[in-house]
Amino acid sequence: MSGWLDHLIVIPVVLPLIAAAAMLLLKEQRYSLKALISLGCLIILVGVAYVLLHEAAVGGPAGDDTARIYNLGAWSAPFGITLVADRLSALMLALTATLAAGGLLFSYARWDRAGPRFHALYLLLVMGVNGAVLTGDLFNLFVFFEVMLAASYGLLLHGSGENRVRAGLGYVAINLTASLFFLIGVSLIYGVTGALNMADIANRVATIPEHDRALFHIGCAILGVAFLVKAAAWPLGFWLPGAYAAASAPVAAVFAILSKVGVYVILRLATLLFGIEAGASAGFGNLWLLSAGVATVVFGAAGMVASRRLEQTAGYAVMTSSGTVLAVVGTADSGAIGGALFYMAASTLAAGALFLIAEILARGEDQAVSPDEAVFDDEYDDPFAADDVQEVGRILPASTAFLGVAFVLAGLVTVSLPPLAGFAGKLSIFVALLAGEGAASPASWTLIGVLTLSSFAALVALTRFGVAGFWRREDAAPHKVRSPEFLAIGGLVLCCLWLSVGAAAGLTYAERTGEWLTSPRDYISGVLGGRS
Amino acid sequence: MELVLALGIGVLTAAGVWLLLRPRTFQVIIGLSLLGYAVNLFIFAMGRLRAGSSPVLRGDGSVDPAAYADPVPQALVLTAIVISFALTALFLVVLLTSRGITGSDHIDGREPGE
Repeated sequence: MSGWLDHLIVIPVVLPLIAAAAMLLLKEQRYSLKALISLGCLIILVGVAYVLLHEAAVGGPAGDDTARIYNLGAWSAPFGITLVADRLSALMLALTATLAAGGLLFSYARWDRAGPRFHALYLLLVMGVNGAVLTGDLFNLFVFFEVMLAASYGLLLHGSGENRVRAGLGYVAINLTASLFFLIGVSLIYGVTGALNMADIANRVATIPEHDRALFHIGCAILGVAFLVKAAAWPLGFWLPGAYAAASAPVAAVFAILSKVGVYVILRLATLLFGIEAGASAGFGNLWLLSAGVATVVFGAAGMVASRRLEQTAGYAVMTSSGTVLAVVGTADSGAIGGALFYMAASTLAAGALFLIAEILARGEDQAVSPDEAVFDDEYDDPFAADDVQEVGRILPASTAFLGVAFVLAGLVTVSLPPLAGFAGKLSIFVALLAGEGAASPASWTLIGVLTLSSFAALVALTRFGVAGFWRREDAAPHKVRSPEFLAIGGLVLCCLWLSVGAAAGLTYAERTGEWLTSPRDYISGVLGGRS
Repeated sequence: MELVLALGIGVLTAAGVWLLLRPRTFQVIIGLSLLGYAVNLFIFAMGRLRAGSSPVLRGDGSVDPAAYADPVPQALVLTAIVISFALTALFLVVLLTSRGITGSDHIDGREPGE
């Protein structure tokens, strides 16, 4: 158990950390070197993530599902810190790496020079997300979460300007408060169970003494609040559309994965701690997740119709997709969870692409995209002073046609219309809800109805932006799309298409992930028994 | 001792929540700091209160774990203190930037009624 594959798990955490730290030693003027380092770093991360995804899809030697365990410092599971790459973690890693690569490519046109230390912060954000989805330890999760958040504070302010600072103030305050909830929840859980390793806690849930069980539930609920804030569930998510719309486009695109990290943790903990084996705690919080998810979808759909700027609509689309997954987690149906995971992968990529397209469409309409003042004065020389000189890459022809096609494809995934991946995901959620144990219960029907209506609202909203953005007079100036931006948007949209073409394999993977999550015994024995 | 600690955490939390909901950025940051202190004390209390016992085991023969304090919450508190300290400093920078750019210390970036 010491093949090179075992050490692969630690690369998504260690590589961006080392690269980001090394970049701090380079002065700000050498941005092309920094750009090269972070591009190389992300290419490796994408490679590693897909190798892990492939490994998870193939499974163990007998073709069964296994969790790949990495004990840091060779301390065995309940005592040391464990990294776990199972089906869900591998999926999140691949999603993060793909989206981050898209955002990074887009930033090369000009955004990476709109303020100091963009690349270091970007890589630290990726490291935080990777760590949060890999770790098997609750307190370690807190540390990675804080790394991710600290980097996101810096990135939200990237490019400066009054709007961003104002949005940043609220964003930082909300997330600091949520982190305090996180700490209270973790310490309550530790106080009751005496464990911090997730598998270890899951092992002890059934045997918690009855007089302590209420306290354990309170701890989990408070912990859940922290992640619901991050996942922007109603009524804890009002901060999201404003903050994401204020962020610069590549940052907003990669932020689309941040709210999914909140969803990921809730999915992981809900299935691990409150699965069928949890005794008196089984199913705790499911009704709350279902209601919060449905309310989020309704709010997000209303917000999509109501907003007047595409980046805000994309922010609400992120909320809607988080709400969909949360509601499905609340149903605890393995088939539906599988469909929701597939939908989540497609809709997150599409939302990232929408943020990027929104920025190009908004160019020239108002000056909101150009910063007016520096946040940090050191090393700052106005990067947009000689705007056209500094932009990288050629302006490509037929840009409006390209943008239009990309917008339609990303929109179709967001709206979940056939034939693209969003539709396949939502359809398999519906099929599982109608065929599962609670077949056609009022809750399933409500969920199906709300999801369908939210698709319709998204269709109305996005059609409006499509008409306003692309039906133009012939003499209107064409949109300027530079080659890095073309690559980034094209790449993300191609990934959506690839998910749609390979929907059979993707759905099989996602559904087996759903089964793997809803029977957590293998995960627990894998982590606690995996001594290397 | 339990009562004193509980009252301390309660007073800190109450003051922190009240300040957090105030409209000035400085009040918000002080409120977040107070809440942070309350949470740190709370984590510490989750290791059970015990006077005069060390968290480090002495290696002389057989040891009775019941005679020692739980070291894990103390390690967690250290981590939490460092992280909240760093993030408070970062928040302070954002606060000052916002004050500099908007010319107002209101959380909305403008005085009410403007």
